[in-house]
Amino acid sequence: MTSATSICLILVVLLSVGVLSATRLATSIRLVAAQGVVLGILPPLVLGGRVGLHVVAFAAGAIAIKAVLMPWLLLRAMREAEVRREAEPFIGFSASLLLAGLLAGAAFLLADELPIPAPDAPLLVGSALATLAIGALVMVSRKKAVTQVLGYLLVENGIFLFGQTVAGGMPTLVELGILLDVLVGVFVMGIAIFHINREFDHMSVPELKALRD
Amino acid sequence: MGLAAYALALVLAPLLPGVVGRTRALMAGRQGAPLLQLYRDLGRLLRKGAVYSRQSTLIFRAGPVVLLAAVALALLLVPPGGGARAAVAFPADLVVFVALLALARFATVLAALDTGSSLEGMGASRELFFAALTEPALLLALVVVARASGHVSLSAMLGGELPAAWARHGVALGLAALALFVAVLAENARVPVDDPATHLELTMIHEVMVLDHSGPDLALIEYAAALKLWATSALVASLVVPVRADAAWLTALVATAGVLGVAVAIGMVESAMARLRLERVPQLLVGAGVLAAFALVLVVAG
Repeated sequence: MTSATSICLILVVLLSVGVLSATRLATSIRLVAAQGVVLGILPPLVLGGRVGLHVVAFAAGAIAIKAVLMPWLLLRAMREAEVRREAEPFIGFSASLLLAGLLAGAAFLLADELPIPAPDAPLLVGSALATLAIGALVMVSRKKAVTQVLGYLLVENGIFLFGQTVAGGMPTLVELGILLDVLVGVFVMGIAIFHINREFDHMSVPELKALRD
Repeated sequence: MGLAAYALALVLAPLLPGVVGRTRALMAGRQGAPLLQLYRDLGRLLRKGAVYSRQSTLIFRAGPVVLLAAVALALLLVPPGGGARAAVAFPADLVVFVALLALARFATVLAALDTGSSLEGMGASRELFFAALTEPALLLALVVVARASGHVSLSAMLGGELPAAWARHGVALGLAALALFVAVLAENARVPVDDPATHLELTMIHEVMVLDHSGPDLALIEYAAALKLWATSALVASLVVPVRADAAWLTALVATAGVLGVAVAIGMVESAMARLRLERVPQLLVGAGVLAAFALVLVVAG
């Protein structure tokens, strides 16, 4: 169990918790970037000896998009829109930490029950579920639109992890498609955040809910 | 072996705060206080008389004595390191260890409240608040080690089977060690949680509670603090460095080096980061608890 894969997987979960508990938006964004790097290293590790050229190329692509391009877009959107630096939570930091711990624990216990074969990395399913759940928690428990994008990215990372359980990885085309989808999503959201901010001088989600036609 | 190591710890413990302080000073480019400063301080304090307020009662005088007795008993349960057994070991003594630390804190807090000083009351309130968050982290981290090694006694779980447990549950034990280290920082009132060198009563947590103690009483408190630092550091050291030594002198060497290493690590943490804002401290402690709980899930599920 004490292999590089396990350490990477636990690191991914801890980084998700870090995104949730960071008080500054920029820190959260950088943590997501760090998670992107770890996720990029993961597929070659999970595959072990069966590493081909396309796996390495895909890993490099994933790192470039998840760890460089998307964080850069978000940081830029944050700067342009002059968002306040604090992550304003609906749920307090200590409470959300406790919730994250509960979710992660439940995810790992649930993963034990699920009949999904993950022969090379026993922690894979649990980490994927935990990252998914914490991503969802980030989405619902923070006020800023930027943090909701971060939650979306965490959820996507969880799905990415889940894809690794499929022996030999998913078809490259599918994975590339997902990556592209997410990139476009973040791109659109970044632009949307900027425009909303310019029109309404704020981008708090509760106030956006009050908008009517 | 256990009793000899215990005696060694009793003698060497006042060295530890000096090592932490020296590390901080060196990192900051200063000379720093001599390593043996605490020995001199203790000697000086013991030669002085104690001053008691007319308002204070027997509780105030009993506080330091109970504190030192509880911490000295807790130290009896801690395996010295190097795979050696503690002087006293029985099943589930890890709970007794945590309870003795709680008893020591209880005595300090009662003595602080007995003075009737509002500042000391404030310090007592903060100390107990943080302790309520530290204790779960400490206990859970120890439970993770117990579960991973299959033993419920401190000496046994940090003894011979620890290397095998690291091989099987390395990730979980690493998380537990991290949580344990944070708990040790909080338990000993070290920097991210509390600053032992602070000079303003309003910002103190632990230090403010001992403001009214003087002379021999203060010496007992300082010595107890050093013993507590030694006991908790020895726990971290034997968890992180599960080295087995065969010869008795080698065991003593490994044990002492491990504890001093943890003290240096504490000094590094103290010079690398500032003290956290008071409202951020609970977040750190809850985080450590969640980390330990997560490690427990990993051990149980893995």
